[in-house]
Amino acid sequence: MADTLTVATPLLSSIELARFATDGYLRFDELVDPELSAAMLEAMVDPDFPPTLGPDPARGSGSPLDDVLRGWPAVCEPIRAFAALPAVRGIVESLVGPNPIYDHHAVHITAKGVRAADEWHADLVASRRKQFDVEFLFFPADTPREMGGTMILPGSHFRQVTGAEIGRYQNFQGQIATVCKAGTLIAMHHALWHCAQANTTDRTRYMFKLVVNPSQPQHRMWDTSDLDDPGVNEILQTTNHRWYGEDMMFELVHRAEFWKYLRGNDRDTTYLLRRLDEPGDL
Amino acid sequence: MSTARQELLFLYSENSDLASPVRAWSRYSGAGTHHRSGDLDEAPYASVVAAMQDGWRVLQVSQLMAPMPGADITATSFLKFEALLERWEEI
Repeated sequence: MADTLTVATPLLSSIELARFATDGYLRFDELVDPELSAAMLEAMVDPDFPPTLGPDPARGSGSPLDDVLRGWPAVCEPIRAFAALPAVRGIVESLVGPNPIYDHHAVHITAKGVRAADEWHADLVASRRKQFDVEFLFFPADTPREMGGTMILPGSHFRQVTGAEIGRYQNFQGQIATVCKAGTLIAMHHALWHCAQANTTDRTRYMFKLVVNPSQPQHRMWDTSDLDDPGVNEILQTTNHRWYGEDMMFELVHRAEFWKYLRGNDRDTTYLLRRLDEPGDL
Repeated sequence: MSTARQELLFLYSENSDLASPVRAWSRYSGAGTHHRSGDLDEAPYASVVAAMQDGWRVLQVSQLMAPMPGADITATSFLKFEALLERWEEI
């Protein structure tokens, strides 16, 4: 009998992955308990915390996430504890696989009374490749609307735009400001449109961002026991993002293609894709 | 010196019909008001036509663009149906 205690990694379900494919993000409210959330916040503002510098191989970008976190200074122990939580490991593994690669991290600080907001932007140049990075946004303190929160646009992750090209846009039907309690985690596709919001309170807002890359094709990494649940296709075929306007049909195609990739390119599960892939003229 | 300043309103419609529902919107002011991302959850007008009926003047609407030959017809990026409107505000 094994003498080591194995903690089960709770993987995401097919229903949750279908929501990720449809919306470009998943939100986990109060995933981390208040004590660890507070400890993470304390670490994030410590002078020894690794600075926000963007991707840099000299600082670990491209290396296994566990190795990079292990090399961070002692003050980062709460971050290591966060990354080791079974729930967090399950989310990471379900989306990018069991061997995630560190890309970069950032501590986002929005000073009290800042009335400006970020422009809408996508962090990574979008492309039609199906492989995707995941950006984890962790909110270590309560974030009410007047404090801002990161605003996201559900379903924007298949759009081919770069950076703040979309900065002219200010508001969309269906935009969502992240209003949450301490300990909330968002896992979003690298190309999801988002923007930091103004903080009109008298308190500083903090958010920890961690970006990870996959090290292998993201095929069936989650708990697929509910793969044939009718709810999966219902989610994938829902026409819920009204801001798409007349592009709705195209976005349904992108979503179906993305789901096909996640399934391992085994077969087309949607009527729409099967019709599009029919060869030539009848 | 003029005491009027230009106000711009961008409205993005469901389709090329100027009476179709507004799906996204932005405001820019020369009169000092700072508009920003996420500052208005509800569209200021239901359609471009509704804004015109309230006195906004249309400066430009986006052209209808056919896909380039060989392009992926399903590719999406920017919002296609943009209308730019203006009005002048006394300061």
